[in-house]
Amino acid sequence: MKIIVCVKQIPDPETPAASFRVDEAAKKVVPAQGIAPVVNPYDPQATEAALRLKEAAGEGSVTVVSLGEESARDAIKHALAMGADEGVLVTGPEFDGIDNFQTAVALAKTIEKLEGADLVLMGRASADWDMGVVPSGVAQIMGVPFVSVAKSIDNNGGILRVERVLDDGFQTVDVPTPAVVSISNEFGEPRYPQLRQIMLAAKKTVQVWGADDIGIAGSESGEANRWFPLEALYVPTVESNVEIIEGDSPEEKARNLALKLRDAKLV
Amino acid sequence: MAGILVVAEVIGGELSPTSLELLGAARKLSSEGAGSVTAFVAGEDHAQALISGGADAVVAGTAAFTSYDTYLPAVDAAIEQSGADIVLVGQSSLGRDLGPAIAFRHKVAVSMDTNAMGIDNGRLRATRSAYGGNARAEHTFQGDLQVVTVKGKQFDALEPDSSRTGSVTTTDAIGETSISIVSTDKAESEGIKLEDADAIVSGGRGLGDAAGFAGLEELAALLGGAVGASRAACDLGWYPPSQQVGLTGKTVTPNLYIAVAISGASQHMAGMTGAKNIVAINKDEDANMVRVSRFAVIEDYKNVVPALVEEIQKLL
Ligand SMILES: Cc1cc2nc3c(=O)[nH]c(=O)nc-3n(C[C@H](O)[C@H](O)[C@H](O)COP(=O)(O)OP(=O)(O)OC[C@H]3O[C@@H](n4cnc5c(N)ncnc54)[C@H](O)[C@@H]3O)c2cc1C
Ligand SMILES: Nc1ncnc2c1ncn2[C@@H]1O[C@H](COP(=O)(O)O)[C@@H](O)[C@H]1O
Repeated sequence: MKIIVCVKQIPDPETPAASFRVDEAAKKVVPAQGIAPVVNPYDPQATEAALRLKEAAGEGSVTVVSLGEESARDAIKHALAMGADEGVLVTGPEFDGIDNFQTAVALAKTIEKLEGADLVLMGRASADWDMGVVPSGVAQIMGVPFVSVAKSIDNNGGILRVERVLDDGFQTVDVPTPAVVSISNEFGEPRYPQLRQIMLAAKKTVQVWGADDIGIAGSESGEANRWFPLEALYVPTVESNVEIIEGDSPEEKARNLALKLRDAKLV
Repeated sequence: MAGILVVAEVIGGELSPTSLELLGAARKLSSEGAGSVTAFVAGEDHAQALISGGADAVVAGTAAFTSYDTYLPAVDAAIEQSGADIVLVGQSSLGRDLGPAIAFRHKVAVSMDTNAMGIDNGRLRATRSAYGGNARAEHTFQGDLQVVTVKGKQFDALEPDSSRTGSVTTTDAIGETSISIVSTDKAESEGIKLEDADAIVSGGRGLGDAAGFAGLEELAALLGGAVGASRAACDLGWYPPSQQVGLTGKTVTPNLYIAVAISGASQHMAGMTGAKNIVAINKDEDANMVRVSRFAVIEDYKNVVPALVEEIQKLL
């Protein structure tokens, strides 16, 4: 089975609110000092899913694709160190300021240039814009079925059995390949690359493609051609009015809290 | 012709509360000049409830829908019949798939998990949170159709008015699918659902183990509420993901939210800042959850939760 995994590099989503800054005029997040960008947390899980499918089949290939700045090479390297076979970095000024929809178009074209895949795996959402639309878009453009928020995938001879997480439980579906599946955190911990694998990964090829290579026209690219124009970006203000409950012992604090809750008619 | 299409959802035979909230939001947009409000719903049973809830017209899909992709042609028929240029979808398990699918079919954007909407020069402007809740983004849309998904509890439903009237039409359109649903397992939710609870006691990684939830369950039972969890606690297997509160979990708006050993990461806050009164029980005075709460106890929860149960029992 030929699997393509899409991984995105993003600002660390665990950046504490206190270090999070926005340049309101540029409508951009200011990279927090000393906090390096990371791979979108769901994407190593998508890579893990791909590797497990390949291992279970005993054959096949896993190609990692990332669209982003030159530094997104690190996200690809991480997946290669986990065990993916080869990488493609899609980069260039045409992609500056694009939205998730333009990204879906570009990734679909990249996959087309890679001559398609039996399975495209992605994360359920990227933790920068928190949209979760690219997998659906890529599936739609490729004309293949899409199954979202997977916690497990098994391949039964070209029919994928996917267990999905629902709001109020779980669902098992069967879907034939080719397909796009997005992976959720419930999938479980991805493997951690070992030093030897990191060294091996350095030898794996990462092709670098620009807008021309994948056939993205000027009229589709850049911030000016967003489907979803960004009009404003800011940090919401939260004020703190906390009352710290005093007391000489935990029990006394508990009693004082109970009284406060009663006075506020909350119990 | 402008108009708003609300994609309503029937869950377990009932109209979802979010569907009625979407109608409330749609009426507000309508009053700002966005045109009339049409609801699409699977089946004809709930047409009058939708009209009472604010729809001017209902398009009922009569086919037997299964996976999300089977709905798409019927939703398209409703868009066509109503002439809507705004489509509102609930961010449920179904809507989360439907919203982007509708949008990409029409080569337009969808604003996922939207917090606020307004009409500006006849066009929709959507505000949503991004970067895990650290930022707010305001967007407009390119193209003919403006698609939005909204989580529950973001907007108020209207008081149902059964004297309202409206037209009901049907469509038998249904999409082909290659996805077959093998089984659906509802998480057995004992007691009150998180979304409906007036009081919620939530636990996080700081509980140390799954057993820590026992005291929280006791406290929740006493308050007539439900138990929630942070994603860290769910990922550790201490509590089921159906009880997760936050960006990727449930959005809750209880009157009282007691956060026990939860730090208050922006992604958790995204699901509970609508709580009217937040209480933090945390060892760390500097925890973000403490900062945003009304009352906070700075202690090891193990010493506070049992005592709190006892004290509240005395007051009741
Ligand atoms: C894309 C994405 C989506 C996410 N979605 C969600 C989501 O929907 N919901 C969610 O909750 N998280 C979500 N997260 C995770 C989020 O970023 C945090 O990692 C998570 O909320 C932390 O959980 P926590 O507060 O339980 O754990 P921690 O941050 O580890 O906090 C533990 C807290 O317990 C306190 N503590 C420790 N011991 C004790 C004790 N004995 N007594 C009292 N207090 C104690 C500590 O002081 C600390 O404040 C998401 C993350 C990403 C990247
Ligand atoms: N720039 C990108 N490069 C590679 N993959 C991406 C990119 N943007 C989104 N994806 C994939 O799409 C998933 C969902 O992203 P989104 O729709 O942006 O929330 C991510 O988890 C990735 O797998």
